[in-house]
Amino acid sequence: MSKIQAGTWVEIEKILLTPDQRAPQVPEDTRATPYIMKVAGFLAADADVGSEVEVKTLSGRKVSGTLKVVRPHYEHSFGETVEELLNIGLGGEL
Amino acid sequence: MTRDTSYQAVMARRNEIMKTSMGLDYDVYRQGEIAFDYERMMNDCGFTLADIIRIQAETKVGNTPMFELHNLTRAVRKISAPGKGARIFLKDEAANASGSFKARRASISAYVAAQKGYKGVIAATSGNYGAAVASQAAQRGLRCIIVQEVFDSHGIGQPEIVEKGRKCEAFGAEVIKLSVGPELFYYLLLTLEETGYFNASLYTPFGIKGVESLGNELVMQIRNIAGKDPDAVVVTHAGGGNLTGTARGMLAAGCQAQIVACSVDLSGLHMASDHDFNRKSFTTGHTGFGVPFATWPDRVDVPRNAARSMRYMDDYVLVNQGEVFYITELLAKLEGIERGPAGNTSVTGAVALAREMNEDQIIVVQETEYTGAGKHHNSQLAFARKMGIEVRRGNPEEGVNGKSIVIPEHLSQVKGRRQDMEKLRISYLKNAAKQLAPDRWSAVDRDFVAADVKKDLKWLDSALKEV
Repeated sequence: MSKIQAGTWVEIEKILLTPDQRAPQVPEDTRATPYIMKVAGFLAADADVGSEVEVKTLSGRKVSGTLKVVRPHYEHSFGETVEELLNIGLGGEL
Repeated sequence: MTRDTSYQAVMARRNEIMKTSMGLDYDVYRQGEIAFDYERMMNDCGFTLADIIRIQAETKVGNTPMFELHNLTRAVRKISAPGKGARIFLKDEAANASGSFKARRASISAYVAAQKGYKGVIAATSGNYGAAVASQAAQRGLRCIIVQEVFDSHGIGQPEIVEKGRKCEAFGAEVIKLSVGPELFYYLLLTLEETGYFNASLYTPFGIKGVESLGNELVMQIRNIAGKDPDAVVVTHAGGGNLTGTARGMLAAGCQAQIVACSVDLSGLHMASDHDFNRKSFTTGHTGFGVPFATWPDRVDVPRNAARSMRYMDDYVLVNQGEVFYITELLAKLEGIERGPAGNTSVTGAVALAREMNEDQIIVVQETEYTGAGKHHNSQLAFARKMGIEVRRGNPEEGVNGKSIVIPEHLSQVKGRRQDMEKLRISYLKNAAKQLAPDRWSAVDRDFVAADVKKDLKWLDSALKEV
């Protein structure tokens, strides 16, 4: 696979706190997981997905982490039709 | 010099970081072990209501429409006793720049940050506030960073939260996306320290002052339309800023209407639980924030919280998820407007309350928010189903949070239920007692605590016997 070029819009991921470093008040199920950050930015130098990289974020910060997603985008939608809603307000409720 | 970035070390530097990031010294307001001079803190920020309105007008905030919901009122009267069914009004706060009342809250912080010469602003929020800060920062020429809790340990974020992040980016903000946990505050502190940006906290006097214009506008509009004051105003309640600011603005206009908080009941779900994170269909306006923030406001990212909801709250109504989804759909079908979940929570509360009120009385829902892909009841229900939650029509009281959502079959099943205000006040006292044993409270502490729960010293003495 060819390298991702410097300047590409990417998302990186970084473990901020390992499970044993987490806040004392965290419930057990959450404590079993690391505290993770994701942030998007422009890639500083050519790199492979999965490697340690640095990005420049929209505020101009330089942040390092593992390169995870190339050109991240949004796919959220209105969801699959929930039929239970369709007849509300058509007169049946009054 | 490399600073220690461990959780404990950063938390230990919190006061120093806060002072630098706001240019505000909270120590000067301290009056006792518990008490501080709340009104002086609010006044010291130096803005009159006229200043607030002028600043907000510069950045497309305020002067939002007030609509009477004639069809919904008619529907409620059909299921109410003769002579019952108050007129329901809705203040369309979705018309603010970023699509919610939060633009009011962000506007003064962004103005102050620019005046004081900060290069950017930062806010920690999972909600509309991020978009509001981003929108206001964009208009004031400031950089913006939003720190947001977005995904669980499987990397999944529920659609509404994802949409809120998108909207922040749309206004040019950098969005730092975090997994589930209260360490959001830790990372906020680290980022403030790294950038030297202004902390546009939700809970500063600036944030609350910005909402006072909403309360004032609301009263003026109802007086203009109906020739009298509203009887009750329903406020979707989470952190308490919406209620506090609105109530203060109403009081400044000389209006004594009942202030009713309304939250979605999410009891049984833990707010910091990785498992529960994607099993709730509401990201704010729920009891997971509403109750703890009412009963101890100072659990926030500033030393003293300017949002002190129990000072102003007369009543507190809970609604469940199914009831709000039903009313959201009904609002679209009867009133021809699609709006997002936060305002529709208080529309649901207003329907329940209007049934008990007389026909000549007026109840106002004081906010709406924008809606769209992700931030929509169909998105939330479809997502809930994917997470294994049962969705069906029936008696909404049968819904079990995290397991099922039961959407009413009939408007008469939208009832809401009251929180016991006395219990909330006692809970506040217990939290205050954790700071210092009540027998050691000074006279000024006692006055402060009584005022903070909208009661007098006689009540306090009797209530303390239960603590």
